[in-house]
Amino acid sequence: MHNNEKHKREPRFHIAKRDALVWWKAWLIRGCAVLTALVVSGIITVLLTGLNPIGVYATMIDGAFGTTRRIWSLFQNIAMLLCVGVAVTPAFKMRFWNIGAEGQVLVGGLATAACMILFSETLSTPVLFIVMIAASILAGMVWAVIPAFFRANWNTNETLFTLMMNYIAIQLVSFFTYQWSVPKGSGQIGVINRATKIGWLPAIGGHSYLLNILVVLALTVFMYFYLRHSKHGYEISVVGESENTARYIGINVKKVIIRTMLLSGAICGIAGLLLVSGTDHTITRDTVAGRGFTAIMVSWLAKFNPLYMILTSFLIVFLQKGAVEISTTFGLNDSFSDILTGIIIFFIIGSEFFINYAIKARTVQKGENA
Amino acid sequence: MEAHTAAAIELKHIVKTFGSVVANQDICLTVNRGEILSILGENGSGKTTLMNIISGIYFPDAGQIFINGEEAVIRSPKDAFDYKIGMIHQHFKLVDVFSAAENIVLGFPEKDGFNIKRSAQRIKDISEQYGFDLDPMKKIYDMSVSEKQMVEIIKVLYRGADILILDEPTAVLTPQETQNLFAILRRMRDTGKAIVIITHKLHEVLSLSDRVSVLRKGEYIGTVQTAETSEAELTEMMVGKKISLNIDRSEPENPQDRLVVEHLNCVDRSGVKILNDVSFTARSGEILGIAGIAGSGQRELLESIAGLQSLQNGEILYHNPKTGAVENLRDKTPLQIRELGVRLSFVPEDRLGMGLVGNMDIVDNMMLRSYRSGKSAMLDRKAPRNLAERIIDQLDVVTPNANTPVRRLSGGNVQKVLVGREIASAPTVLMAAYPVRGLDINSSYLIYNLLNQQKEKGVAVVFVGEDLDVLLELCDRIMVISSGKITGVVDGRSATKEQVGLLMTKTEEGDSNA
Repeated sequence: MHNNEKHKREPRFHIAKRDALVWWKAWLIRGCAVLTALVVSGIITVLLTGLNPIGVYATMIDGAFGTTRRIWSLFQNIAMLLCVGVAVTPAFKMRFWNIGAEGQVLVGGLATAACMILFSETLSTPVLFIVMIAASILAGMVWAVIPAFFRANWNTNETLFTLMMNYIAIQLVSFFTYQWSVPKGSGQIGVINRATKIGWLPAIGGHSYLLNILVVLALTVFMYFYLRHSKHGYEISVVGESENTARYIGINVKKVIIRTMLLSGAICGIAGLLLVSGTDHTITRDTVAGRGFTAIMVSWLAKFNPLYMILTSFLIVFLQKGAVEISTTFGLNDSFSDILTGIIIFFIIGSEFFINYAIKARTVQKGENA
Repeated sequence: MEAHTAAAIELKHIVKTFGSVVANQDICLTVNRGEILSILGENGSGKTTLMNIISGIYFPDAGQIFINGEEAVIRSPKDAFDYKIGMIHQHFKLVDVFSAAENIVLGFPEKDGFNIKRSAQRIKDISEQYGFDLDPMKKIYDMSVSEKQMVEIIKVLYRGADILILDEPTAVLTPQETQNLFAILRRMRDTGKAIVIITHKLHEVLSLSDRVSVLRKGEYIGTVQTAETSEAELTEMMVGKKISLNIDRSEPENPQDRLVVEHLNCVDRSGVKILNDVSFTARSGEILGIAGIAGSGQRELLESIAGLQSLQNGEILYHNPKTGAVENLRDKTPLQIRELGVRLSFVPEDRLGMGLVGNMDIVDNMMLRSYRSGKSAMLDRKAPRNLAERIIDQLDVVTPNANTPVRRLSGGNVQKVLVGREIASAPTVLMAAYPVRGLDINSSYLIYNLLNQQKEKGVAVVFVGEDLDVLLELCDRIMVISSGKITGVVDGRSATKEQVGLLMTKTEEGDSNA
């Protein structure tokens, strides 16, 4: 057993970390990944359904861009996802794993709905809007700062904490949906102020979603500059990269954690406002529709760069819209569209491996050297 | 266990290199049954690497290992176990929520199946045989450090090891616990086991071992019988003859007290004393060297001055050269220290984990100290960029450009960036911990020159080093720390290597005999 065979078998390939790749090469790899994903999805489509993949892709594009209404809806959905993505990004950059955006947005929406229901007759429209904005931001901040406070002071696990806060938010909404249900006892609120449209965000030039989109764009640009060029953003990066370095140069780590989560929560609150007052005009347990979690992917895929997040949220919303369209057009099960989305995202995430690492073949050496 | 002097392990011409660093150069060593062999050497002398080779963690580049007279190939810790070699590491590898018995049998396939009661009984038998005082059902999280160490030792005995290697076993123990451990080790020796202990504490070597093998800078120096040697001889073997390095050293000009440290005491999280009544003065225009075995409290000392370590008691008084005011820095955060106008620069030991942010580029790393300046909420990258360009230019930092993340730079260049930044803030006190560790000759001399320049500018420089030759040629005064206590301050121009070496391994009389 212990003989003298001393040389180990060398693997055929080995993986080496790349130095920084030129930007166009990185994008070339990503482009190839998308192409490969489409080819693989095509093959799977033919195998499972016998449909022409080109037709399926055309239907996806049609589902996203087919009519003016669809285009508006597409951009509205991108804006909402992007908004939540922008909100979670500063926390992620700080390595604070906030998976509670779902709840933070929902309480923001709940606060908005509460103002619309309770104050629609007592407050004038401008005052109501100010109260609504303040209430939604405050609600989001409270929901975000509670886990941040515990993490900063007692180093609790923020992932579990923020997740649990989601369920509390959902139960709160359930409770108030019952309280405010119209008609009483029906268990749903319905469209709030349907006739008077009090507390609805105004349409600009007849486009009811334009204001949402503009607000989100402004937030995105703000966040880009905040993270890249402000002193706060710099502190966030240092704390995220190394708390030891942060202490060494005298950054108050607790303060940065709490401040950043307040900002994150505030933007989540705004997202809730846009969803309730600017889009649905009602609130249900499903108002946020999983965006709090999808936003995590938006943020990661874009490597926490808010400008890239416009692209990644577009990609994800486009895939979702297209997938819904093919399942209705071809009478396919919803799950099929999920399969396609899964394949495409798998390839996109997988391509990052090839951007960061090179695979090198070993030159095989002959000869004994014991 | 008849053959009393039979060789348990024989190492022949072992070589191990890591990249360009030679950790073990042509080492030949014999460990006999029924003896305790000490392996003595400074930090970086290759002791742990050699033991890791025997226990299967590293594989030697060249050389042969003979176990009980037969050539052995040890490619993994499992192979080592098959040869009945057990290693007790400095850092314990135990599952906290398991009991002692559970940890001991973990991963060990018993022939007659798993039965915790039977295992506990076996553990009790082993404990009685060698004199351990251990409850097999006690949970690890309820244990003291020395009990955890017992669990580690019993673990290898339980698996039938008859060659035991202990890596700095007394580093974490109190004097009483150390005596207890030594008694156990002697009993094991008497039953014919071969025991190797890695250490740098001379008095322990003398009181415990039968023979001593000395390593220095990866090379085997020699083996002596403990009974026939002395502290002085061992020290000389360990530190070697003085080598001239030709580092320039100017006379201190008009030295004045800059930093006066009085009676610092601090403990770590488990309550072990790390700094024990440390007092010293750092003067302007002078390099104060701090010598000592690694982990003797150097890091905690510098960190407490920099405001990163909480203290039990003591004062850190800074004499401001401009105003003449005296500020107490104790219990101040790094930010408060800077706001007092104290220009304190600190090159920490952990360059990429503390001094710099590896994923940030050189410009952003330059900003770490200065980004707060100005009232604007936005960053100004212009000044840091100029500073980065200047440091790259003046210190010959090899980098594609100033926007390269520092983790991509080589060790020497990382250090140039860090030292360059710390010097750029025109400090009055500059503390540097192991600033040339891992650096090549040229980069090392560049750092020595930078420190000397600062000294000539009137900065009080505090230099924590490990190479005694460097300390003796660079520093004006050398303070020696051992187990958190200052054991002496010597003049850098007249002190000898042996003198410093002895102070480094010196512990209080009460310690060794308690």
